[in-house]
Order: sequence, then structure tokens, then C-alpha cells
Amino acid sequence: MSQRNRIEQGGRIDRSRPLRFSFNGVGYQGFAGDTLASALLANGVDIVNRSFKYARVRGIVAAGAEEPNAVVQLGATEASQVPNVRATQQALYDGLTAGSTNGWPNVDRDLMGVLGKVGGKFMPPGFYYKTFMSPASMWPKYEKYIRKAAGLGRSPRERDPDIYDHINRHCDVLVVGAGPAGLAAALVAGRAGARVILCDEQEEMGGSLLDSREPIDGRPAADWVAAVLQELGAMPDVLLLPRTTANGYHDHNFVTLHERRTEHLADLAPAQNGRRTVRARMHRVRAGQVILATGTHERPLVYANNDVPGNMIAGAVSAYIHRYAVVPGQRLVLSTSNDHAYRAALDWREAGREVVAIVDARGNPEGDLVAEARKRGIRIITGSAVIETRGSRRVSSALVAKIDLAGFKVSGAVEELACDTVASSGGYSPVVHLAAHTGARPEWRDDVLGFVPGKVKGMIPAGGVNGVMALAEVLADGVEAGCRALMETGMKAAPLRLPEVRRVREGKAAALYQVPHVKPAMRAPKQFVDQQNDVTAAGIELATREGFESIEHVKRYTGMGFGTDQGKLGNINGMAIAARCLGQSIPETGTTVFRPNYTPITFGAVAGRHCGEFFDPRRYTALHAWHVEHGAKFEEVGQWMRPWYFPRGNETMHEAVQRECRAVRENVGILDASTLGKIEIQGKDAREFLNRLYTNAWTKLDVGKARYGLMCKDDGMIMDDGVTACLGENHFHMTTTTGGAAGVLDWMEMWHQTEWPELEVYFNSVTDHWAAMALNGPNARKLLAELTDIDLSKDKFGFMDWREGTVAGVPARVFRISFTGELSYEINVQANHAMHVWKALFEKGEKYGLTPYGTETMHVLRAEKGFVIIGQDTDGSVTPEDLGMQWCVGYKKPFSWIGRRALSRPDTRRTDRKQLVGLKPLDSKLVLDEGAQIVLDKEVKIPMPMVGHVTSSYFSPTLGHSFALALLKGGSQRIGQTVYLPMADGRVHAAEVVSPVFYDPNGERHHV
Amino acid sequence: MLHIYCPYCEEYREEEEFRPKGEAHIARPAEPEATSDEAWGDYLFFRKNPRGLHHEQWYHAAGCRKFFNATRDTVSYQILETYKAGQQPTVTAAASGKKVAK
Amino acid sequence: MQHYSGFGLVKHGLSHHENWQRMWRNPVPKSQYDVIVVGGGGHGLATAYYLAKVHGITNVAVVEKGWLGGGNTARNTTIVRSNYLWDEAAWLYEHAMKLWEGLSQDLNYNVMFSQRGVMNLGHTLQDMRDIHRRVNANRLNGIDGEVLDVKQVQEIVPIMDCSRNTRYPVLGASWQPRAGVARHDAVAWGYARGADALGVDLLQQTEVTGFRISGGKVLGVETNRGYIGGKTIGVVTAGNSGVLAKMAGFKLPIESHPLQALVSEPMKPILDTVVMSNHVHGYVSQSDKGDLVIGAGIDGYNGYGQRGSYPTIEHTLQAIVELFPMFSRVRMNRQWGGIVDTCPDACPIISATPVGGLFFNCGWGTGGFKATPGSGHVFAATLAEGKAHPLAAPFSIDRFISGKLIDEHGAAGVAH
Repeated sequence: MSQRNRIEQGGRIDRSRPLRFSFNGVGYQGFAGDTLASALLANGVDIVNRSFKYARVRGIVAAGAEEPNAVVQLGATEASQVPNVRATQQALYDGLTAGSTNGWPNVDRDLMGVLGKVGGKFMPPGFYYKTFMSPASMWPKYEKYIRKAAGLGRSPRERDPDIYDHINRHCDVLVVGAGPAGLAAALVAGRAGARVILCDEQEEMGGSLLDSREPIDGRPAADWVAAVLQELGAMPDVLLLPRTTANGYHDHNFVTLHERRTEHLADLAPAQNGRRTVRARMHRVRAGQVILATGTHERPLVYANNDVPGNMIAGAVSAYIHRYAVVPGQRLVLSTSNDHAYRAALDWREAGREVVAIVDARGNPEGDLVAEARKRGIRIITGSAVIETRGSRRVSSALVAKIDLAGFKVSGAVEELACDTVASSGGYSPVVHLAAHTGARPEWRDDVLGFVPGKVKGMIPAGGVNGVMALAEVLADGVEAGCRALMETGMKAAPLRLPEVRRVREGKAAALYQVPHVKPAMRAPKQFVDQQNDVTAAGIELATREGFESIEHVKRYTGMGFGTDQGKLGNINGMAIAARCLGQSIPETGTTVFRPNYTPITFGAVAGRHCGEFFDPRRYTALHAWHVEHGAKFEEVGQWMRPWYFPRGNETMHEAVQRECRAVRENVGILDASTLGKIEIQGKDAREFLNRLYTNAWTKLDVGKARYGLMCKDDGMIMDDGVTACLGENHFHMTTTTGGAAGVLDWMEMWHQTEWPELEVYFNSVTDHWAAMALNGPNARKLLAELTDIDLSKDKFGFMDWREGTVAGVPARVFRISFTGELSYEINVQANHAMHVWKALFEKGEKYGLTPYGTETMHVLRAEKGFVIIGQDTDGSVTPEDLGMQWCVGYKKPFSWIGRRALSRPDTRRTDRKQLVGLKPLDSKLVLDEGAQIVLDKEVKIPMPMVGHVTSSYFSPTLGHSFALALLKGGSQRIGQTVYLPMADGRVHAAEVVSPVFYDPNGERHHV
Repeated sequence: MLHIYCPYCEEYREEEEFRPKGEAHIARPAEPEATSDEAWGDYLFFRKNPRGLHHEQWYHAAGCRKFFNATRDTVSYQILETYKAGQQPTVTAAASGKKVAK
Repeated sequence: MQHYSGFGLVKHGLSHHENWQRMWRNPVPKSQYDVIVVGGGGHGLATAYYLAKVHGITNVAVVEKGWLGGGNTARNTTIVRSNYLWDEAAWLYEHAMKLWEGLSQDLNYNVMFSQRGVMNLGHTLQDMRDIHRRVNANRLNGIDGEVLDVKQVQEIVPIMDCSRNTRYPVLGASWQPRAGVARHDAVAWGYARGADALGVDLLQQTEVTGFRISGGKVLGVETNRGYIGGKTIGVVTAGNSGVLAKMAGFKLPIESHPLQALVSEPMKPILDTVVMSNHVHGYVSQSDKGDLVIGAGIDGYNGYGQRGSYPTIEHTLQAIVELFPMFSRVRMNRQWGGIVDTCPDACPIISATPVGGLFFNCGWGTGGFKATPGSGHVFAATLAEGKAHPLAAPFSIDRFISGKLIDEHGAAGVAH
């Protein structure tokens, strides 16, 4: 198919590089430098989509980020699908494959369109709130249909093969937008030696200068752009980021820039030199000063059937002609409220096509461009506007009439002009979005007929966004912004010659938003405000009639501005219509808050490399390789990979755990306990600090001794536990739970720094420094004795002692502590020695059947002893007394330690609190579910009063029966009672309440 | 993302290095056992939570590991000062003349 | 009140929609009301509606400083569920759930309550223990719930990565089939319309600037539109509770934090249930409009700015892409923030206060939307009777003195 709308000359495309692409299954050709939109227009493709609510045919309206309709599905393969790509922002590449997001069976012949035509009448805003209610049972079916009809593109169904990354950046000046203001500002800042980042969302930098009619320094504006970019590019501290959208402006001048690095090249990021490239990159920029040079968006006028393909904004017409050498039609009618838009008609005429008429809302337009149009003999119809366009698949004519601006009515006869394109312009809205992200409310300016940015600390608006429109002034404003930014940064600007630009005199614009129709809005053909969301002027009028008087209500009720374009074209028009309906001014009606993103950005770019393996670090002990080699199954605890159990052959987990348990109880086993948190505490007040931190007393702990301690928060609830050893009078080694280590260290720092700075004490994390190996079982002593110079005799090295010496020839600290109830030595060596020691133990331990065991066996063994695991047997609502650990509570300690006061609060004094008990299932083979709820009376119907739950539950090979730990209301008073556990499958288990200590209650086994 | 001046490191660092720790200057009652249940509950849980100037504690967790204080506007998020633990703020609702919601 | 129906829609369509009536009046404040509800969000409007409907108290004003439903009602991610751990919380949320189930018909306003099920994923053994505990408790409380293994999870959400290849593989989930989502704005508007029809005055753009208190009893509120008297006053101002409490002369155990959420661009249906994960910290559902609605935890600092910090958004999307790698090429349209009033135990306060006649309903943290009907219902009873409704009683402010907290951090660890 020929590019019938392409003109022979001009444009910034490369005619020597034709590119093939397909749209809705049809092959076309465009050129390098095209966007998908310009290529479609060049090929005369009018219909690019169907609207989602009324299924009306829609064409391309704009040339940039504000485009509401040309939202397409991109991607040649399943994995490379991208939903909702704006064709106006997608560079064309060879082989590009895209299609419409709506329309069935296709966009040209859409069955929904019939429904839209008939049903549109019955689908006012919010119609779904008013129906589909009865019968209630039908709602899910209605909803299914509604869901199917909604949405634009579709998600890919396969994993994204591309990668994304992040880069942190710091600069003195970030310039957002490389149009005339941004380029001038960047040049000033760059020449002064400032660190500058200049970003622009388009394929090419230059902004409005790329389609400007006005020469700079007597040469085409684009030449000036090229020269400036060349100069900036040569500066070492200037970073130019094209194809980069400042998508979010956050507090304290933190701006995120989304750089599309490969989306202009291919579907998937192409490999370079055999290496994957990054599809998109987020620059996380902390800027000294932000110069906002984001320009303006032209507002279309709101008239009847303004959505028929062939209706465009005036500036887009100029952009397509100048930048892409595409004239998107044959016969143009321009409807405008201002001089600036006259350019579209002049450009159209110069491209050799017919301008049927310029319809100007002002009674007596005057200005250089008006004069030029007159001079060229273009018909100008004044005091009038296009009130309606006609045509089913493309504009075929425009209805023009005199209008009374003040009275909002048509005041003269209607004339029908045959044409295929209607360009409209209702003025220019500063692109204030980014400034609004930080919470600054935009401010209305009557002279601009638009909102300008509110004040943001460290932000300087320049050019169009600042309400400065004429090119000469925009350049000057950019220079001034650059100078101001330098001043704020404490740098000096070098003098800069302002380039010479012919001043174009422009007349005052008229305030026109919605164009009156001969019929009232409710009866006129649809006048679209937000095309993507099918929001009409009548819809806004209806919303205000129904009592939605806040602009936020109007937006939410009609859906205005909620599309992927976030109302860039429609919001101001919608506000103006609401204001008119409510008899208010636009500033009284207010603006809405813009939120990031300025334009949508891919999830992958926000996530960066932080998925999969990089989602969260994994921590491995020094012995990990051995565990892997020996077939360990792992459990994640915190970030740590801990051996869970070590199956042999085809053992099930149950079988392995039973074997491991027996090995420990009968012989000797070993656990890699390196993951326990370890904190060194030093200082003359270390002991006092421990007294305040732990629930129990530390004053009398001698050097060489260790003690178990419980830690509470000041609300009295247990937060952590562990064993702390006294290494020297002012020197302690604390252990914490695996998951709690970092939190405990922070906790200690907080109390020390903010509450008790007078204490002289220091903390240091040594978790990774020490590897810990817990040797447990009756043969532990015999085995260890073969490898150590430490005297292990009972009298010399008693329970809860620790000794320093060597193990397997390396320095070690050995702690005689036990979490299993067996004779146990916890060997601590420097992590880099751990593998040597571990292997030596296995070498010597073979004859004892030394068995490695994992966390599951450790859990069984400790539970048999009634030892709790913080976070499993406790949940943040459990006190030391609830666990029956009064022995670990220093009631007489002089200092009111953390948590002490809370033990006497009314709720902690209750006797019916949940307390730790043991449960012995009546069926001795039955392992209760952890998390099973306990009831006292199994006959009660649901809802059943629950009195507690199972926290830990296992089968014990040592005891020969199953057992559990539980928290039970008034549990300590219920020993001997039978309780019930009703399960989801209808079974009700019964268990006897017993002491939580099931094994060796007198501790005889470890006192050997 | 906030940009926070650590008064110990004496430089601005990114918020990601810090952890907010809530209202500053909450002193633990000197004699907890002599403190009423109401006063103890107040110490544990009740907060000023102002809309406006807030004196709050921050922890330079991924930096110097020091706790310090900041005076920050909870609406604009501007940080008016940071100061070391144990010091008093110089910017207060009264001193700045800034309207703080009653 | 104009009755809404499909038939009515056709009738109005034929008359060019020129005869639709206002959904609510815009009345001039009276000098005295029996009850003043401060705060015109979902909870406040529901309170007013049930005061009129259930208790026959119609001389009621709802005083709203901005626009109806403009606070967190307009900013949440619309998840409705009742699978809370502790009895007190579960009963309250289940009370709300039962009201949700008939709400569209009761209000004659389609709040689009969609019971598409909510799944809470478990990624560690402890997660799974907690899930078992919570589901067992829910079941014995008469609340629907199941524990799913990873295979069942994959059947319900085939597009999720349930392989062992993720950093924190999915081990299973809890599943509440009756849970789902609703259309947030419609809830506020439906209650507003219903309350207005029963005679309640909805006073928008009316900001409370102080309370008139005498002899320890509240007499009325000072507003920017003058003094308004009320014998009983209920304050339901999420995101501003601390400010209102300060006006009345007391503090609350509340801190206000930014809570952020985001949506993708609208897409064709791909996810028809709600998936939440406390462990990787994110949750996602797809709205009827086609957006993926995504959120996570609160920002740690106090903030009334209705915006938070960017790293929170990054972490949230990392979690979502980790769970759904195919969403990597989907694009994020918009993010926003609300202000949530968080209590130390992640449960609300529905309570009398030190001031006679003045009641507060606040501290819903991240879980307020789902409770809207239940909260309004029990708060209306509390205001009507002058004492706590039995379901509200455990949520007294006194619990922070006695220590009888209801620690729902496990169930509310991720904002939703």
C-alpha cells in the first residue's frame, strides 16, 4: 500500500531507510524517523481503535504523549507483548507488529459498535451504579460481561525475556524537556560547569523547535537545536537523555527518569556483542535544582462528533507535516480560539493541500499569522466555530455557525463545509503534571487561560509551562531559569547571547472550551471531552445535575481523566464545562491533583534487577557447601538458608527426622547453628545494660559462665531470647534468634543512644564472624575430647559454662549449653575455619555415628523439653509468665527493666491469659496440626468458643507418641483436662493437657 | 524520597539509608513501678501525631547506626532541621510562628 | 428518592437523561442536631445511614470538610475480606461482610461488590503455621476459609509463578471465597444517597475547627460555616483523627502514615481473584475497568501529605513482578497515597472518649474500607445507645491502658 499522505519533500524522516510494519494484520511501509502514528497516517489509516464504552471508531488526534485514541497492542511474539502503547510515542522499527486494542471481530467492523450506537443512549455516566442489582444472584454474570468489555490491551502471558536496571544520579541541575526553554537553560548551566542532566521524552530532542516555522539566527530552528546539542554533548558534566521521560517528581527534588533504551529498535532488547542489553533504565536522580521545561499541551475544542477520525488538534497537524512529511488529509477546516493555531492552516497550504476555511471564535482576530492567512487568500470565518462534524468513518463535513461566547449559544445560521480533516485549538495548557506530583496545587492564570505550576522548593519552571508562549520569550525564560538555577547552586553564569528570533505578534485568545450546539448538550450528538474514557460534555452536565459538584466527584462519576493519557487533552475542558454548569469560574471549580506517572512506565523498569535471585539476599553459612553435598533440604529462616533435614536414600522427611532425633538422643548429632545472631557487648556498663535489657538478672554471672535470657518490649511482650556468655568482666557475647538478630542490635542501640547514653557500652554484630556447631548427645563429650585441648570433665566444664581453647587445632570458644536437653557443646570458630572443624568432627565422629540434623529435628528435640521458639510458640501477645518462665523474671532487680512495668498492667495480671501447655493427643499416633484451634466443648455448634491453639506439634520417637505445645486460656490450671481440636475435614481430635516438658523434666541428661 | 542530613555523618544521604522511629523526646518514666496504668499506657502508645511540625526520631541504619532527631513538616515533608539525640529542637511550632493545626 | 433500575435507565435514556434528580441535597446547616457525624467518608456516611434506618434517628448531620467520600474511601484498593485472626476482629469484619452481601439491594445502588475470593500466600513454614491457625479460627467462627496447597493455588491463579524458582517460593495460601472487591466511590455515594433520602443533612465543604465542650460534655462543633449543636457527636475522620482529638483535648494511640497504591493501565481480564502476600509484600487484583490494582505496606514516617516515598513503590512492584513475571511488560499508570491512622495493634478504635457525648471511630489503619458497613452499623448503634455496641466494645480506647490489645499485625501486615 502506498504512503498516500506522505509528501515528497521535507520532514525529519530518512526516506532512504524504508521500514516494514504491520497493523491489524495488514502490512505497511514507513521510514526511519517515523512514529507508528505518523506511519499509519502516511498510509491513510484512519481508524486505529474502537472506544471502550460506545465502541465508536477512533483515529489519531495528537502527535505526542497526550494522544487518547491511538493506544495499541504491540509485539510480534507472546513474550514481547506490550499493552496500551501510544502509537504517537512509539518509534517505527523494521518488523513492528501492532494492532488495535478494541473491536470485535475487528476494528473496522465491530459488532459492539452497533450496541454502542443503540445502547449508548442508555449508558450515561454511572449507569452501572443504577442497574444490574436485581436479582442479586445475577450480578456475577453481569459483571463478567462488564469485565470483558473493559480494558484496553492485554497482558503478555509469558515471562518477560528482557532486563531492566536502575542507576542513581546526582546533579546540580536537572532540565526536564529539551525544547527551546530547556535547551537554553541547559546551555547556560552547562557552560558554567554545572553537572547537568537534560532529558526529553521524545525520540529526538528539540521539542516545538522541530516543527517550528520560525527561524533562529536566520536559519531553520532545527539547526540551532543541532548546534546546541552538539555543544552540550561535548561537555563532560552534561548528560543528555533522549527517549527519557521524567515520570515522577518526588519530595526533596528526587526525580525518576524512565529511559527507553531499546524500544525504538525492536520488540525485544537486541543483544550487543553477544550480551543482553537493558530494555529500560530508571535514573533515580537527586537534583539540586529542577528546571521544568515541559511546555504545553494544546487543548482541542469540544464540539459534536469531535471524535470522528479526521478530527485532530491543530499542533499535531503541524507536527506531522514538519517532522514526518505527512499531511493527514486533503481538505482542512481549522477551528480555533487563538492565533497560534493558524500555523496548522499555513503549513497545510504550504504542503499543497486545500484549506477550506479557518473558523475563528473571535469576532475580530488580528495578528501576524492572521494577516498571513488573509494574504494567502484563506477564507477566515470569524465569530464562529465548528459545532459538529459529520462522517461515519472519516470526517466528511463540518458544520460551522456563529456563536455567542458569553451567552454560550449558537447565534447564526449553520453552514456545512465539505472537508476530511478538522483541526481545532482551544488554547495551550502548561504541562504542570510533574510539579503537581509533589503536592503543589497548580494556579490558574487568566492571561494564559490555563494552570501554571504551584511553587515547589528547588524547582524553576521555564517557557510554555511557565505561561510564556512566544518563542523569543521562551528562549529568554530558559536562559533566566538556567541563571537562577546556577545562583541557587552557588555558581556563576557566563553571559549568553540570546539567539535572534523574529517576533510574531499574536492577538488575544478567546476562552472557548465546549462549543455550543444548536441543540442543548444533552440532546446534541456526543461532544467528547475525554475520548479514551468516552466522557462527554453531556455526561459532565448530568453529573453536576445529579449533585456531583466537586470536580473530584465529576471526575470519578464520569471517569474523566482516568485513562492512560490521564486527561492531558480533556481535563481543562472538563473543568470548564463543570464550571459552566455550576455557574462558577474554573479556578473556583479547582484543578485535580496529578499523580505520577506522567506517562505509563513498565513495571519491569520500576522493579529493575531486584527480582528472582536479586529480590532479597540469601545468606549461607560457612558450611553450606557441605550441607548441599550431603543432600540437605533447606528451610528459609529470615534470609538464611538453614538445613531443614538430611534425608538418606529415599527417606521421607518424617523418616529422616525420626532417625536424626534418635541419633541425638542415643548417640551424637550435630547442627549448624551459625545463623543464630551474635552480638559482642563491651564496656564498663555492659552488665548493667544487660540487666535492663533482659528480664532476668546478670549481676552475678561470672566470667566463664553463660545464661539464658528473655527480652521483652516495654509492653511486656516477649520479643527475643538467647544465651549470653560472660567473656570478661566488661565483655559479653550475646546470641539472638536467627530472624531477630538485626532487630535486637537496633533495639539495643536505640535504648543506649536515646534513653541511657550515660551507660558506657558498645555493641557489634559478630554473627558472620563466628560459625557455630552444636554437638548434641550422650557421646558428645567423647567425640569432642578427641579434638580439643579443653578439659571437658564435668567438674571443670559444667553445664552453662564456656571455655576457650582449640578444636581441631583452631582457636575456638565452646559453650556448654543445650537446646536439646542432651549433653551438648556449641563450638564457635571463626567462620573461615568452620569447614575444617566440621569435617574433622565427622572424621572422628564416624565411630559414634555422628549424624547431621536440621531445624526440624532441632524443633522436635527442643519441644520435647518444652523449650519455646520465639515467633512460633509466641506471637507478640505472650509474656514470660504466660510461658511459665517466672524463673527467668528478675522481680527483685533494682532497675525496672524493659517490660517489667507491663507485668502489673490489668490485662497482664489476668489469670485466664493464654499460657503455654503441653498437649498429648489421645490417639498417640496422631500429630496435631500446628495452628489447630482448641475448644473445651466439642458439641457446641459453630461459632465455637476457642480457648487456644497448637503452636508446635510433632511425633517423638523418644517418647513413642505424638505431642504438642499449645497456648491455652488458663492453661496452667487445666493440666489433666481433655480439650478438643475440631478440624476442617470434620474430625475432632482430643488431647490431654499436660506439662510442656515431656522429656527429662529434671534435666538429668545434660548434667552429666 | 526524603533527603536527610545526618547530624553525625554531617552530610545529606538518601532516605533508604534511614529508618523512621516515630515521635522523638518520649522519655521513659523514671520510676515505672510508681507510674499509673494511664501514664504507662500514654508512654507506650499515645502520640501527638501532629499535622505540621513533628519532632521525630530517625535511625541511620545503613550508615553510622546513630539515632538522631528531625523536625519535619508532616504535610510538606520539608525537613527544617536535624539534631543529635539528647539535643532539643530549635525549630518549634512556637518558634517558627508556623501554624500547626490545633 | 428516585428508584434506580434497568427500566428506569431506559426511560431516562428516552428523555435524554434530563430528568435525573440529585442524589443528595445540598442543605443549609440547622442550628441543632440529635447526632452530628464528623467526617463524610464511607464510614461516616454509613453511620448516618444506619442511624436513620436502624435507629430512626434522622435529625442527623454529616459534616465533611471536603467532598463526600474524598478521603481514604477514594484512595484505597477496595479489598473486602473478613479472615482476621482474633475473635473480636473477625466478628467485626464478618459483621461487615454480611452487610456487604446485601448492600447493593439495601441501598438501591450497585456498589459492585464482587466476591471473587481473596488469597493470602504463605512463603515460609511459619507463614503456613500462621495461615493454618487463622483459617482454623475463622472456620470455627463461622467465616469461610480454606488452606490451599501450592497446587490448589496454581489452579486458582494459573498465571502466578508457583515454581520453586522464585526467591520465596509459594508454599500455600489461605483462601476466602466470599471475599473480594467493591467499587469504592459507589459505597460512599450509595450511603450518601440513602442517608439523604432518610432526612440526614450532608454538609460538604464544612470543616470542623473546634468542639464546644462544657462540664466535660460536648455541646456541638465550631465550623467554617458557624456553630452547629449536637447532643451526641461521632468523629469518623480517618487520616485526621489525631487532629480532631487534639481539638477535643486528648491524644490518641494513633500515628498517621502515608499508604501508597498504584494501578496499571487497563487491560483485558487476566486475574480474577485477589492475591496478597505479606512475605514478599504486595497484593494485586484486577478491577472491572481492567486495571491491576496494587498496593503494599505503609511508609514508616508520619505523614499527612497523601504521598509517600518512591522506594515503597519499587518494592511493591518488585514483589508483583516476582509473583507474576509476565506483568513485567505491563505498564504502571498512576500511583497515589492516602493517610492511614494506625494503631499499635493494627485494630481500630470505636470508643467513648474522655469527653461526654463524644465518640471516636478511627485507627482502621490499612483495613478500613472492608469494614465500612460494619463500622457504620456498630458505630450508629453506639451513638444511638450512648454505649458501645457489643461488637465494638473490645475496641475501646481503654485497651491501650489495660494492655488488652488485639494484635492483628499478622492479618494486617500488608496494607489492604
